[in-house]
Amino acid sequence: MSEQLIVCRGLSKAYGRKTALSGVDLEVGRGRIVGLLGPNGSGKTTLIKLMCGLLQPTTGEIEIGGLPVGVATKAQVSYLPDRMYFANWMRAVDLFDLFRDFYRDFDYEKAIAMCRSLGVEPQDRLKTMSKGMKEKVQLVLVMARKAQLYLLDEPIAGVDPAARDFILHTILTNYNEEGTVLISTHLISDIEKVLDEAIFLKTGKVMLHDTVDHIRETQGKSVDALFREIFRAQPLEGGEF
Amino acid sequence: MDWKLTDDRPIWLQLTEQMTRRIITGVYPPGSRLPSVRELAAEAGVNPNTMQRSLAQLEQDGLAKADRTAGRMVTQDTAVLEAVRRSQARVVMEQYFHAMAELGYTPDEATALLKEEKL
Repeated sequence: MSEQLIVCRGLSKAYGRKTALSGVDLEVGRGRIVGLLGPNGSGKTTLIKLMCGLLQPTTGEIEIGGLPVGVATKAQVSYLPDRMYFANWMRAVDLFDLFRDFYRDFDYEKAIAMCRSLGVEPQDRLKTMSKGMKEKVQLVLVMARKAQLYLLDEPIAGVDPAARDFILHTILTNYNEEGTVLISTHLISDIEKVLDEAIFLKTGKVMLHDTVDHIRETQGKSVDALFREIFRAQPLEGGEF
Repeated sequence: MDWKLTDDRPIWLQLTEQMTRRIITGVYPPGSRLPSVRELAAEAGVNPNTMQRSLAQLEQDGLAKADRTAGRMVTQDTAVLEAVRRSQARVVMEQYFHAMAELGYTPDEATALLKEEKL
């Protein structure tokens, strides 16, 4: 088993003439909870999609557990997309059936139990669920796998603050101990306490990659405060807010 | 007792302080088994690795011992517990004298006042 779980070397991605990521070098170890932080359009979702093989890099390479991203790595990566992709007529249990067929590491019983503890009835149709409840179902699907790498793209954006804490609790108590969780978000203050490390992305480049405690130690402020300082919005061309 | 985490300092340090306080005030009595890293982390809503680091610090401070079979135990060495309790008391006293000095009281006056108020 290779030392680092995620290795990116000179990773770049352009959509036509628009550059989303440029020259990202990154190493992330195992058993960590890592925050992928950056303002809108900084490349968070692009980086995550490259890691789960939904996008191909323009240049550079990316390895998960020592293997290039492909069929073998997909079996080890559990991905929570930033949008919903379910058919409305389905029930949560239908999705669990589907996932059980697809992924060898999917724990059906655990999914049912997690659903109940999040207050979602597994027999309900998605059509009857609120946006927040659907997000919870989606999170259950992802966390009920025993994966090496969990890629969570904005897992807490759509739910209320109380449910947010509960979801973070679910992530903390359900992730596989050798597995790494990568969470992209801009709601930093909500998740700061659960993170080991933070990665700051700015216009497609890694600005900072450090442990949360080290950031607090050296900067004397929270990661959230540092983020606000670094990414303070600059009015364009001398404009005013 | 709730966990209070502030923004300006490393989380593991704050966890260590609060665990220390729980131990010296008997929330976790001498010789008792501490909850597991995962339980404590979930309770405080923090990362297990962070909690692990603070428990390692407790071991270094002599307040807890790792036991191969039973997890972590609170020390039974009352001398260690008393020493830590005393050093925390010293911090409180220093704060008192410092605040009184700002109000213009000498340490002797501050001590005298304290006795008076208590009666």
